[in-house]
Amino acid sequence: MPDVSMTVNGRAVRGTAEGRTLLVEYLREHLHLTGTHVGCDTTQCGACVVHVDGLAVKSCTMLVLECEGSAVTTIEGLAPHGGSLHPMQAAFREHHALQCGYCTSGMVMMAVDIARRLDEPDEATIREELKGNICRCTGYHNIVTAIVAGAKAMAAERE
Amino acid sequence: MDNQTQNPDLHPPAAEGPSVGRPVRRLEDERLLRGGSRYVSDLIATSDALRVKILRSPHAHARILAVGATAARAMPGVVAVLTADDLAGVGALPCDWQAPGMIAVPLHPVLARDRARYVGEPIAAVAAESAHAAEDALAAIAVSYEVLLAVAEQEAAIEPGAAQLHDALPNNIGYQFRREGGDVERAFAEAEVVVRRRLTNNRVAPSPLEGRVVLSEFDPVSGRLVHHTASQLPHPHARSLGACLGLPLHKLRLVAPDIGGGFGAKLCFYAEDVICAFLSMRTGRPCAWSEGRGESFLATTHGRDHIQYAEIAASRDGRITGFRSRLLADIGAYAIGMGPGVPAINTGFSVSGPYNIPNVATEVVGVFTNRTPTGPYRGAGHPEATFLLERMVDELARELAMDPAEVRRVNFVSPSAMPHRMPTGWTLDSGDYAANLDAALELAGYRALRARQAALRAEGRFLGIGVATFSESSGVGPSIGMGSVGFRRAGHESARVVVHADGSATVFSGTMSTGQGHATSLAQVAADVLGLAPDEVEVVEGDTEAVPFGTGTFNSRSMAIGGTAVYEAARKLLDKARKIAAHKLQRRPADLTFEDGVFRPSDGLGVIPAAAHIGKKVEDKVVHAVFRRRMGMDLPPSDREAGTVTFADVAREAHLGHDLPMGMAPGLDETDFFDPVDMPSAYGTHIAVVEVDPETGQVALLRHVVVDDCGRIINPLLVEGQLHGGAAQGVGQALMEAMVHGMGGEPMVGSFEEYAMPRAADLPSFETGHTEVPTKLNPLGAKGVGEGATIGATPAVVNAVLDALAALGVTEVAMPMTPMHVWRAIERAREARGTKGGGDA
Amino acid sequence: MHDFVYHRASSLDEARRLGAEEAAAFLAGGQTLLRDLKHHRRTPTSLVKISGVLPREIDLRDGGIRIGAGATHAEVAISEVVRERLPALAGLAGHIGDPAVRHRATLGGAVVAHEIAGDYPPACLALGATVHTTGRDVAAAEFFAGPGRTALEPGEIVTAVTFPVPAKAAYVKFLNPAARYAMAGVFVALAADGRPRLAVTAARADGAFRWREAEAALAAALVGDALREVRMPLDGLAEDLFADAAYRGRLAEVLARRAVSLANGAAPGVAVFSHGSPLRIGVER
Repeated sequence: MPDVSMTVNGRAVRGTAEGRTLLVEYLREHLHLTGTHVGCDTTQCGACVVHVDGLAVKSCTMLVLECEGSAVTTIEGLAPHGGSLHPMQAAFREHHALQCGYCTSGMVMMAVDIARRLDEPDEATIREELKGNICRCTGYHNIVTAIVAGAKAMAAERE
Repeated sequence: MDNQTQNPDLHPPAAEGPSVGRPVRRLEDERLLRGGSRYVSDLIATSDALRVKILRSPHAHARILAVGATAARAMPGVVAVLTADDLAGVGALPCDWQAPGMIAVPLHPVLARDRARYVGEPIAAVAAESAHAAEDALAAIAVSYEVLLAVAEQEAAIEPGAAQLHDALPNNIGYQFRREGGDVERAFAEAEVVVRRRLTNNRVAPSPLEGRVVLSEFDPVSGRLVHHTASQLPHPHARSLGACLGLPLHKLRLVAPDIGGGFGAKLCFYAEDVICAFLSMRTGRPCAWSEGRGESFLATTHGRDHIQYAEIAASRDGRITGFRSRLLADIGAYAIGMGPGVPAINTGFSVSGPYNIPNVATEVVGVFTNRTPTGPYRGAGHPEATFLLERMVDELARELAMDPAEVRRVNFVSPSAMPHRMPTGWTLDSGDYAANLDAALELAGYRALRARQAALRAEGRFLGIGVATFSESSGVGPSIGMGSVGFRRAGHESARVVVHADGSATVFSGTMSTGQGHATSLAQVAADVLGLAPDEVEVVEGDTEAVPFGTGTFNSRSMAIGGTAVYEAARKLLDKARKIAAHKLQRRPADLTFEDGVFRPSDGLGVIPAAAHIGKKVEDKVVHAVFRRRMGMDLPPSDREAGTVTFADVAREAHLGHDLPMGMAPGLDETDFFDPVDMPSAYGTHIAVVEVDPETGQVALLRHVVVDDCGRIINPLLVEGQLHGGAAQGVGQALMEAMVHGMGGEPMVGSFEEYAMPRAADLPSFETGHTEVPTKLNPLGAKGVGEGATIGATPAVVNAVLDALAALGVTEVAMPMTPMHVWRAIERAREARGTKGGGDA
Repeated sequence: MHDFVYHRASSLDEARRLGAEEAAAFLAGGQTLLRDLKHHRRTPTSLVKISGVLPREIDLRDGGIRIGAGATHAEVAISEVVRERLPALAGLAGHIGDPAVRHRATLGGAVVAHEIAGDYPPACLALGATVHTTGRDVAAAEFFAGPGRTALEPGEIVTAVTFPVPAKAAYVKFLNPAARYAMAGVFVALAADGRPRLAVTAARADGAFRWREAEAALAAALVGDALREVRMPLDGLAEDLFADAAYRGRLAEVLARRAVSLANGAAPGVAVFSHGSPLRIGVER
């Protein structure tokens, strides 16, 4: 079985995994980082979104071996352990942008990616950018509001 | 009443003061946002459970001639393989809602023995060391089938000569349930206007983002089963599991941890729960199964699926005098869970909606077909009734050239007539429908919209405005009445509230959140009674060991019934706390106020009235004297000089028991069972605004207005969320979602690439408002809110599209109203009018 | 998924060698290959990871834009060169799949997968693109051999695609409400030599093709109206739950007119139509 090493949430990680092991499986079952979820089998729902080398990707459609040498950030790594929430997480809470929570990790990771790429996007743009993230509970209304607010807070932090 | 188009006042509440009615931010969110959720799949990921895979029938209808498991059993990593033969002692899956009049109830076996009756029916199961090993073993199970003819649609199934699913049910008819009130024959004979239609309400897949998932662990040493499952009904499902396995309930603990959405799909008790538990009992290892998304379209109950024949009789002024309908409801291949009862009772009793229709006759025919069984899906029977009624009311409006909002207004039951007993037998308990409609019309700017519609039509553009009003009997009860409609579960809900020694509290509730936020809303209810902040109250749900009684979450009952149980239990606690405080303050309990967590004498004086004081002092002296005599020691002097006592003081005292009133047992621990005497009716109005592109059939959903009345609002933030999410699901059914089968019963949908889930770009921001007519049926005044928006949204959007296309002569669009269906309806209307052409409208 | 041996190629030569072995598959962005593996549509016994050795540069060369096969859709979408010279292509890339998919999926992968509803194939055909491989340069029309098939030999790797810069171009598609790829898509371009080219995707069951009849009608005048009487033949059109042949053919006709209008308009680029979303007023007329 091949070796694989990468950084996950800032920590160096080494392990072995079968070639066919998906990144999401490695995160959940080997590293016990179960905050990233699986909701479909066609790369559509976005519950599995994490950041690899600073970009949002669908961890259900990547092999862990492809992440050799890469920096992976999961939802668990967004806020420091025991520290305060990332502004996007705080915005989601403030605006009731989660109900069952199953899509939330992927939604937040995608939201952070959107905010980084597009600075302060408007509602219509955000709705387009969420094409790859399905939520069954919220009807998206509060998610969009939260992302507008979260992006604004992130922009303010950068100043 | 709030008219704002954005979220109404949702600023976080101040730190003190009552929290009910305020938009308290959810207590559970921090954990969920940090990735600290615990869904069953997370427990599996961190366990060494055997992985279970299910072999499913590839045929819609077939005799099973032989199942050969020998090769599979020998494969590497395989620990056990189950077929029907192994489950001889295991009961069939229960049907807890048998429609009255069912001649026979064909139950769903855990594993099929002689016949498979739908594609996806479980035939065998494998438990192996890894998912891959289990999958490989599945491929090695040899099943020989004799394929039979199948029926995949209600009208085909009831045709004489059609393939029969169950010998005891000729023509595949499970029941014919009738409700009638008034004199329908006469109403139709005397009507000035009669409109008749055949409608279809499309089959949908609830599709919560978390699929079904089970982790079952039997400990052979203790004989105890711990069963983790994503269930909306922990207690009923524990009972069902115990019954199927012959396992007594004191040896069974069912845990539903975090659940990623339910919407009714997780109300059914399924084969996979029994299979995993059985495999764990047999192998002595934990056994885990999780539904792949593709599997979910086969293995999890679907919703809706009616063919509806309706006739509406009215006078020229728009007053509806009669409503007659015959509904063919598809039960699917077996009677399981709540399946058969949903159309018969929920739809059958609800067809007159919020209107005063004096003569109503409904027949609901439950039909078995070779498809995945149906079950409750957000609204559960009410959306089907509302769709039917609201479509027909719009048809009537068109026939009479009346405004659709006005036709509704003319027919509403008026507030002064409440409670109003409908001809079908159920009661509308309270409500002001006209005020609610008016609020929606104002929020939408209805007059301006109609003007805009006319202006756009002149430009060759097609704007549509759709109105739908609904009422929904939520919080099903009372328990005593359930049996009469074939419902084998309770109507009551229980709550146990315990106050800890430091004054914080835990609520043990028999409800089960799948995202509705009970950890916050139920905490608010208890906190307000006990003078605590919501984050000083922990809510425990979903563990039959911690919560001994429960009925679960469905039919929007959790706040109305569960919340009331919490409220009443908390009030009993407060009563007792008050008595303890009174004892400490040497007052009568009635003489104390309780504010901001502090008990104070209401007269503000440190000195108590003479009469009560003397009695207390004497009692004190007696107790001290007796103790000295017996023990030879002195009790510490009672501190009766304090002017106030905090709740935390009382809590501590209740745990220590040093200074309690004579005869009072220690502890602050109360349980309440609330059994509603009837069902409160939630209601609302939806107004959808669409624009249709006749060239492509694209429907743009421009605006969606909801004015909802769920009685007293406990947390407006959570209520908004339910309206948004509920409406989105209703829109989905109207425009894009359909679980489609071929004529032979073969599913044509196997993933989200065929099943269209609404995305953010498909939906507008919702514009919401509220009217708040509290119900008298529970002390909170609360009705249900979880399902109403789904009920109202589908007909509003459907009516809007038809309103847009009326100018093109379109009278019907196939459901769901996908671009192709819209386009085809336009083409048909064009051909019917004799106009040809392939370009612009 | 079946297991396989995973190789990370350190050079194009090594990649070609490994890829030429039996039952080997190249892995770039993985968004199509891994999906196929998860659904058992392909069962390679070895995977050769080539992202690290594929060219990714985007530059202007000899009147065309040459894009390395390793460039992701996101990179093409934000490339200044592409946005300035060929906004229709930048927009096309920026609307493939979703943002997370676009961070991984590559031009090379898209071109090699040649999916029936792919967005790149009609662009390649309408622009007269040239596909560069480790062995040769192939005109797009010859490269696409059939749905899911290309002219590639075993071990041959696509390294870049050159898109001639047209005088005008636009891409228009209507999304399948479930799968959210094209239910029909039309790429129209007015080549530098003045000749119109129009390619349709997701209409025919055998993939993207140049619609000659439409091109002939447009040769007279590059206006949407010129296509009023041009009908899409229904034979061979793809059918699924959301579009049967009749509807799909009509959609292709309508989108072709809209693509031409968009190409002529003030802001040529991409228009995506999707059920539920706002109508794109202006593109219809």
